[in-house]
Amino acid sequence: MTTDLRSDLWPRIEPLLHGVEKPARYIGMERGSQAPTHHPDRVSWLLVYPDTYEIGLPNQGLQILYEILNERDDAVAERSYAPWVDLEAEMRARALPLFSVDTHRDARAFDVLAFNLSAELVYTNVLNCIDLAGVAVRNEDRRDADPLIVAGGHCAFNPEPLAGYVDVFVIGDGEEVVGEVNEVIAAWKRSGKGDREGVLRELASVVGVYVPSMYEAHYDGSRLAGIEPRHPEIPPTVEKRTVADLADWPYPKNQLVPLIEVVHDRLNVEVFRGCTRGCRFCQAGMITRPVRERPEEQVRTMVRDGLRRTGYDEVALTSLSTADFSGIEGVVSDLVGCQDGTGGVGVALPSLRVDAFTVGIAAQIQKVRRTGLTFAPEAGTWRMRTVINKLITEEDLYAAVDGAYSNGWRRVKLYFLTGLPTETDEDTLGIAELAKNVVAVGRKHTKGASCTVSLGGFVPKAHTPFQWFGQNSVDELRRKIGLVRDATRRTGAQLKWHDPEATFAEGIVSRGDRRLGRVIERVWRAGGTFQEWSESFDLGRWLDAMAAEGLDPDWYVTRHRREDEPLPWDHISAGLHRDFLWQDWRASLDEHGLPDCRWTPCYDCGVCTGHGIEHVVAAAVAPAGGSQGTGQDLAVGGAVPVQFLGTTRVGGTPVRAGEVGRAR
Amino acid sequence: MRGDRGFPVRLRFSKRGKVRFVSHRDLARGFERAFRISELPLAFTEGFNPRPKVSLGLALGVGHESDAEYLDLELAETIELETLASELSESLPVGVEVDGAVPLVPRAPALQKAITSVGYRIRPAMEPLDVDRAVERALTATEIQIETTRKGRPVVEDLRPGIRRLRVVDGAVEVELATQPRGIRPVELVGALRVLAGGARTDGEDRVLRTNQWIERDGARHEPLEADRAPRASDDARATSKGTPDDRGHDHPGTEPDPRPGERADGGHADTGPGDPRGAVLASPAH
Repeated sequence: MTTDLRSDLWPRIEPLLHGVEKPARYIGMERGSQAPTHHPDRVSWLLVYPDTYEIGLPNQGLQILYEILNERDDAVAERSYAPWVDLEAEMRARALPLFSVDTHRDARAFDVLAFNLSAELVYTNVLNCIDLAGVAVRNEDRRDADPLIVAGGHCAFNPEPLAGYVDVFVIGDGEEVVGEVNEVIAAWKRSGKGDREGVLRELASVVGVYVPSMYEAHYDGSRLAGIEPRHPEIPPTVEKRTVADLADWPYPKNQLVPLIEVVHDRLNVEVFRGCTRGCRFCQAGMITRPVRERPEEQVRTMVRDGLRRTGYDEVALTSLSTADFSGIEGVVSDLVGCQDGTGGVGVALPSLRVDAFTVGIAAQIQKVRRTGLTFAPEAGTWRMRTVINKLITEEDLYAAVDGAYSNGWRRVKLYFLTGLPTETDEDTLGIAELAKNVVAVGRKHTKGASCTVSLGGFVPKAHTPFQWFGQNSVDELRRKIGLVRDATRRTGAQLKWHDPEATFAEGIVSRGDRRLGRVIERVWRAGGTFQEWSESFDLGRWLDAMAAEGLDPDWYVTRHRREDEPLPWDHISAGLHRDFLWQDWRASLDEHGLPDCRWTPCYDCGVCTGHGIEHVVAAAVAPAGGSQGTGQDLAVGGAVPVQFLGTTRVGGTPVRAGEVGRAR
Repeated sequence: MRGDRGFPVRLRFSKRGKVRFVSHRDLARGFERAFRISELPLAFTEGFNPRPKVSLGLALGVGHESDAEYLDLELAETIELETLASELSESLPVGVEVDGAVPLVPRAPALQKAITSVGYRIRPAMEPLDVDRAVERALTATEIQIETTRKGRPVVEDLRPGIRRLRVVDGAVEVELATQPRGIRPVELVGALRVLAGGARTDGEDRVLRTNQWIERDGARHEPLEADRAPRASDDARATSKGTPDDRGHDHPGTEPDPRPGERADGGHADTGPGDPRGAVLASPAH
């Protein structure tokens, strides 16, 4: 057996690290990390997070796949993160390739480079990492034995902007499909990696896998006319993968504990996946359906073992709208109940809905450690919130913040979006109005009460009811932010906002088609890496690249789409019927709300029926108290302040969450 | 106050290999996690937000290695210190090895204040001849002015009074630097050597290993594990578990000369100092 001289680059990396920022980003050695043994019979995966180590390390998706692959006999997996610009300059000057942090192995020596796509603006970093790995950035230029470039994550639900750069996209939950993909690649590796086209064709037949080179995009003038398979055996539509039961996948079992401070630096335990609250702007809520809860007992075990193994003193229960977890009260009170004056275990609930129940939970938690309290009403008026289907009444919000301030918090944080469909200036100014009232509520309890308002520009996303909506221009977003800024002056509310230019660039890519690939490549070649970082971002690069490719930014960003327009992601299915999304979009314009189907009859969005799966919830009713985002207090009943759409029955069988949900 | 109620312990550890790129602050967090993993019964501060009573010694620069790092902690109850080192090393990052743990007398001075000088072995990225020349010049110089920054402001300082010993051994610079009134950073010394050698520099990294830390009292140097060690009777945790914490250590002399030689194979902790005749030893108050 020959020795792979490229296998350990550490001797070449080490001398560079004393001159770079945060050198520990590149050393690996985290508790929970692995030093797998490479072998010709094992497919080697380099899992790459295309942003800095501090952002990428905590990513649970990457950690889950890292463990699942390394548990297999026919796979090994290592990790890499985008090197910061200082080290990249040194690497390029010395022709040092991208490397894994686990064994400092040359990226080019892996069979697969797999990228996590959690935001559009990291795409230039994806290209940069492929290039640093010494692999051709365009998939058409790659040779047979080159590593396969794979990508997954939420942004893969509109894969088209990277269609010319990524060989294989994996759509949806990765736990099961990664093994199926590995088997196909293992066979290819055994055969000597000769026929790249052949392995890609084979991968394209795996459910949940999209191989863009097997599909042809047709245009009608400047408009996309459709995307169709090149070969008869390639499926015309790629269905997302969904893990039916989270209880089968208690990962990560050995969460990585970094040696330097990272974001979300704590134990993270996913308590459920999916969300059916139906917020119309929220891509995550749409593409991760249905709701699949982890059994409460398994959550307790994962928390207990995880704390013991990692030494962390804080645990986050993660999901969308975590207070919807059936076992939330039990798990939280257990955690805060076992305090013994030794610092205890802090509990973080990063995603919380706005109501009194939530504050009750939060008040329990802050007995241990007072963390920030964040609410996301998202819009400033009730009208606007019915449009986006975030059905929080002002009473809910004020009751929640009253609870917060009376429990000792002096500051709460409020998240809002601006640039939403049908938004008027009254709606925009409603944000300032809410903030002012929140401060007033707080001042009843504490003189120094304040609140932080975080304002983001809305970017329409694929597979949501708002996918047809024309995003607000940079100027319009600026004007609206200005309205809120002026109206919150001297109110005790502190305003922070997202750069409208970055919002615009995100909008270019978010609903982009294949032609956007060359734009991303141009931005990258012009030096535009780390576009998520304000110090590196420059909209000018994007506009120049659009102009050079003869593409009109407004056509992509601010234009409303019509119902019959083919969308670049029509051949990718999140299970949601296009009709359902269109109907929900029309309902939104009519200011109609839509209830949460966990606790109300099915309205046939298509996910459960199409994929033969169902909600997995422990309780047929919502956790107690509050409005539960339904617009009514479920505890007392009463008038429904919003008009809900009529619900439909599925295939003649009445389906209720309570009946299909498996009791645990 | 340290040691009023709990049982203070001093640890010695090394930091070698890749972990040298982890900062002092991040390593402190690593220790806190390791203490929790090994379920060490730490004493906590009182109040709304209890913190474990742990204090690290002098900061070690990012990228530097060390054979002589120290950390003080306070336990709420006594434990067997013999096995503590290996248990902790298991929970700490690879490359961090605890190799000594001793009980301290109550109210022992904090490491940051007590340490008076630090030894380093430095391999500058310079030609060996340049290193020799620079050290010779440093030894004969009456002052060594360097430009550096203090609290963000540029200042000119004389390094010479803080250099306690300096010599070259096998191409490496062995130096003892005073830490008070303020510590000289190894990079400052190397910068000065480079200037003394006429700006010589080769491509690469200056490698720094901290070899020793010393506490000097009444003219004698002590290795920190020994400097404030509780009397032998309380070495054995079981012996102290019967008495109340306040019973311990009343009569312990804080300035007792080194009662035992260093325990490590290199024996570098006893107050012998470098004995290589090749390097001239600068005037040192201790000798």
